[in-house]
Amino acid sequence: MAVDKKYETPMLDQLETGPWPSFVKEIKAAGEENPMANDLIGLLEQSYTERLGHWKHGGIVGVMGYGGGVIGRYSDLPEKYPAVSHFHTIRVNQPAGWYYTADVLHKLCDIWDKHGSGLTNMHGSTGDMVLLGCTTPDLEPVFSELTELGFDLGGSGSDVRTPSCCCGQSRCEWACYDTMGLTHFITQKFQDELHRPAFPYKMKFKMSGCPNDCVASIARSDISIIGTWRDEIQINQEEVRNYSKNGVNIVKEIAVLCPGKCIDWDGNEIKIDDSSCRHCMHCINVMPKGLAPGKDRGAVVLMGAKAPIVEGALLSSVIIPFMKIEEPYDDMEFWEVIEEMWDVWCDNGKARERIGEFIQRVGLGNFLDEVGLEPVAEMVAHPRDNPYIFYEDYLEEEDEDE
Amino acid sequence: MAAVEEVRDAMYKMVSGSAGQKKWKATDLHKACIELFGDDYNKRKEGKEAIKELVNSGKLVYTYFGGSFIEVPRVEGAAND
Repeated sequence: MAVDKKYETPMLDQLETGPWPSFVKEIKAAGEENPMANDLIGLLEQSYTERLGHWKHGGIVGVMGYGGGVIGRYSDLPEKYPAVSHFHTIRVNQPAGWYYTADVLHKLCDIWDKHGSGLTNMHGSTGDMVLLGCTTPDLEPVFSELTELGFDLGGSGSDVRTPSCCCGQSRCEWACYDTMGLTHFITQKFQDELHRPAFPYKMKFKMSGCPNDCVASIARSDISIIGTWRDEIQINQEEVRNYSKNGVNIVKEIAVLCPGKCIDWDGNEIKIDDSSCRHCMHCINVMPKGLAPGKDRGAVVLMGAKAPIVEGALLSSVIIPFMKIEEPYDDMEFWEVIEEMWDVWCDNGKARERIGEFIQRVGLGNFLDEVGLEPVAEMVAHPRDNPYIFYEDYLEEEDEDE
Repeated sequence: MAAVEEVRDAMYKMVSGSAGQKKWKATDLHKACIELFGDDYNKRKEGKEAIKELVNSGKLVYTYFGGSFIEVPRVEGAAND
């Protein structure tokens, strides 16, 4: 269906002039056929001109039984731009590792062309496929057709957000565990928490296969599960020598930059003191044929990262220094720890307080006490020179001496 | 152990009785039910189940206003026709 109504867009046009891909170009192309996309252009131009947003965010809309997955949006100019009077966002739970077939993507787009603006965001920052611009009456039909295609809605609001992961062992030799398998398992295990908001605020899981952390879980998720190893880095001395012969300056480019200062190169053989290794992956990244993560693999669990929203950004802190991640996943004790942490956070957290902010407010020591986890040195960035870390056993001994 | 029906009815009464005056989060409902039922109440079992039943039946709905809440269905002020 061709759309006749056209808007003058001098400000948006400027965004098409650069060498980079332009969302304006894409919305205009969609607007040739779709009235919602066309009215979006008009509304956006007006917002840019007035420097004023015209969207109302959040609210009551959703699909029956679900508390997440739909983010309500209404325009405050429904008479002027009737096609975007309702412009709700739908989050669709992406497949682990973002693998699709072309056929599925075609079908997904067909559903969206039929019921919505035709505009998508592949993918949102949590990882979901984001369908932009749906009317309230179309929400249930879209949901129904998505479920027929095998998709479910993702998370939004104060719930478990759609878990996401790197491609893991499907394409990466460094992945220390099956990130896609664990992500699928977590998605299934916490279906209730994903669709029925029960927390003080959002709760994100991200799974990375190795410390390169390609999904940036250490910066973006409340619970980061990052692959690591606890034995020695595997070394192929012949390949290391080849790197040296081919121009890699092992001292300058690797040994000097090693944060644990644990690498020694004598011109013929590399030696690594694994007890001081920080598992930063730098040496492995520079010489992927010569070095590889150890064989005793698992993951470190960190907690508390977030982007700045209500308060500033946080990186996550170690909660479990190492755990094996093996099937059957349901047998892992980890889930009890998670539920214990959620209980403490839910009972004591303030509204819109992320779990990282909560830990900062009450203190890591108190949090660990409540959860029943033993403090270990790996939880502290600088355990030997941080004067605010106290070890209770040590204090008790001192008391007895007095 | 408190019966799910009992918890469900109590939660509905709390939410509908204070509609327009107080917004309830799931955590608030659990805390109120702990006060009401004491040790007989398990939020992971009958608490979760009661909320699920109330929302699936349409008696209550989830809303989002800066955070997620559980409310009696209503027409939103900002909603366009």
